[in-house]
Amino acid sequence: MNTLFKPDETFRDDFSYRNSAQAIRRFPLPFPEDDYMYSVNIEPHVSGPKGSVVEFAFDVDEHYVAECRERELVLAAEPLRFQALPHMLSAQWDCLELIMESLARDYPAHFSLARRSNHWRWINRPLGLDQQFIFGDVDTLPRQPLDYIGRQAQGDFVVMDQREGDLWTEAGMVTTQADWSLDFDIGMTFKEWHGPVPLAHEMSVFDRALKYLLNLRLGQPVRRLNWTMTVHPRLDTSPENYPKWGPDRATVTAQNAGDLVHLRVELQGLWRLPRSNAIVFGVRCYLISMRELATVPKWARRMHRVLENLHPALVDYKGLTRYRDAVVEWLAPYDDGKPTSPGTAPE
Amino acid sequence: MNDAQTLAVEVAAIEQVTPLIKHFTLTSADGGALPAFSGGSHIIVVMRGALRMHRNPYSLLSSPHQLDAYEIGVRRMEESRGGSHFMHDQVRVGSRLEIAHPVNLFGLDKIARKHVLIAGGIGITPFLAQLEDLHDGTVPYELHYSVRSPEHAAFLNRLREREDDKVRMYYDSETQAVDFDGLLSNQPLGTHVYVCGPAGLINRVITTAKSCGWPDSHVHWEQFSAPPVGDAFDVFLARAKLTVHVPPDQSLLESIEAAGVEVPYLCRGGVCGFCQTRVLELDGELLHNDHFLSDADKARGKNIMPCVSRARCKNLVLDL
Repeated sequence: MNTLFKPDETFRDDFSYRNSAQAIRRFPLPFPEDDYMYSVNIEPHVSGPKGSVVEFAFDVDEHYVAECRERELVLAAEPLRFQALPHMLSAQWDCLELIMESLARDYPAHFSLARRSNHWRWINRPLGLDQQFIFGDVDTLPRQPLDYIGRQAQGDFVVMDQREGDLWTEAGMVTTQADWSLDFDIGMTFKEWHGPVPLAHEMSVFDRALKYLLNLRLGQPVRRLNWTMTVHPRLDTSPENYPKWGPDRATVTAQNAGDLVHLRVELQGLWRLPRSNAIVFGVRCYLISMRELATVPKWARRMHRVLENLHPALVDYKGLTRYRDAVVEWLAPYDDGKPTSPGTAPE
Repeated sequence: MNDAQTLAVEVAAIEQVTPLIKHFTLTSADGGALPAFSGGSHIIVVMRGALRMHRNPYSLLSSPHQLDAYEIGVRRMEESRGGSHFMHDQVRVGSRLEIAHPVNLFGLDKIARKHVLIAGGIGITPFLAQLEDLHDGTVPYELHYSVRSPEHAAFLNRLREREDDKVRMYYDSETQAVDFDGLLSNQPLGTHVYVCGPAGLINRVITTAKSCGWPDSHVHWEQFSAPPVGDAFDVFLARAKLTVHVPPDQSLLESIEAAGVEVPYLCRGGVCGFCQTRVLELDGELLHNDHFLSDADKARGKNIMPCVSRARCKNLVLDL
């Protein structure tokens, strides 16, 4: 995609983040139907339609520069948003290689990577970086590998080691999360990490997902979508900062919901890493206000129906309890009762 | 997986390293680098013979730091159904083969305090790759490698070149044997043991470790079973609505594939569990040859691993 960056957008204070008309059209709506329930909705992460968020391995969009700046602000205030246990170093290098190779291949106008044996040169034009280093030698980079490259990518990264028939969350960079904490979860097994998710355990979603992921193959990444909602276009809704964003939920009314409330969609990708045999879990966050979403009539109808019928346990888990009704009321005039076409395309 | 995701390779070198084992060096057919991998990984080699296709798993023995070529060791199996004979007799320098991306079902535990590696015969191959990672690391390790006789000690030169005092050889011909009790009863906490080789060796290590009080999570083993030859039988695939004949020298999985039905698989050696298939009806008995299902699951007879297991039956219906 021919990306024009919007470097001055903010995800805090005055919240100047907005989606262009083009960004709205390519928004990854996570509802293929008018009802929502969990499923192990995993599919191969292969190249999707041109211009879509899944055209490339890692999507770089108009928010790239602004998101990288927001990430720097979070890390400066809370350095523990990046953590890696000592045995995860080779997995960190694997992540760096995956991200650099993908970005340079898919966005040659913005990024380039020259490899001569272990001597690498990485150029990131949007952020104005030019780095020469020796792959595998931590001392030749300004930061640890995942810390270095994670600051130059949109979305969070969690790296899981595979052993004892389980996946252990043992490295990551997490600054754009939907109310969970790397610092709290680091060292946990797959099911411990997902402990708070309601209903899914009883549906053995995690048994099946874990079994599937343990056999994830090199060169065959997979993806899925997940979603929640956030008041204001705030990327960093962390438990650590709950006092800053939790109270926002009490400010939503049926009058202001269109501008305050955002659908928050996570494009989650999973890659087997070659040298470490670890798995990296990428969580890319997309935000769209209800007013932006309602510019697509089909999406407004569907959003209204999904929210109205959402299982009460999911309403609570997603933190929507206080304002779901207000959003449903705001969306109601956009739902004329007509059927929606299958799939998520805008029509 | 399916064959669309294979890599094309060319055989760059072949060396007869013991009377039974050939060492193959494979380079990318397009001359580029091969995918990086971790020590303990195997590849599936797809061999298109004149009469039938073979897909056999072989551990990568080359260094994970060297990606211009992959190396494998192939032992000629006496009761081969053709795969190892194909590699030994028909593959030449310059032959083209297809391989699947490496998969690691036998990786070193990254938080182990010490690694004890035990190899028997061709079982040395995954450890050769792992030694490359251990050699420059800080975690202590030892390798115990037993073979029939010095002439059967594959890759001994490679081990000697390392001048590694942590490698110990045992020759059956000189009545040398690993003292399993001594070895496993006297290791520091946090040690992991890994064994690869013949079934007898693996069972010996597992039972000794258990009797010494080792936790299961610290005992690792890998043995790719070749699908055994057996009596012919027929199977009905319920979803495909198709009867498939399984001849004596072809596996259930191979027969189903030959009939045009895709079954997801990874290791084709009864290890990973990926091809697990539900048994809907059975009049007769399942001949389980895999290492994945528990004994209780095998007795229950509700699932089968078609890559290595067979049946002796009048009627068998699978959920495929």
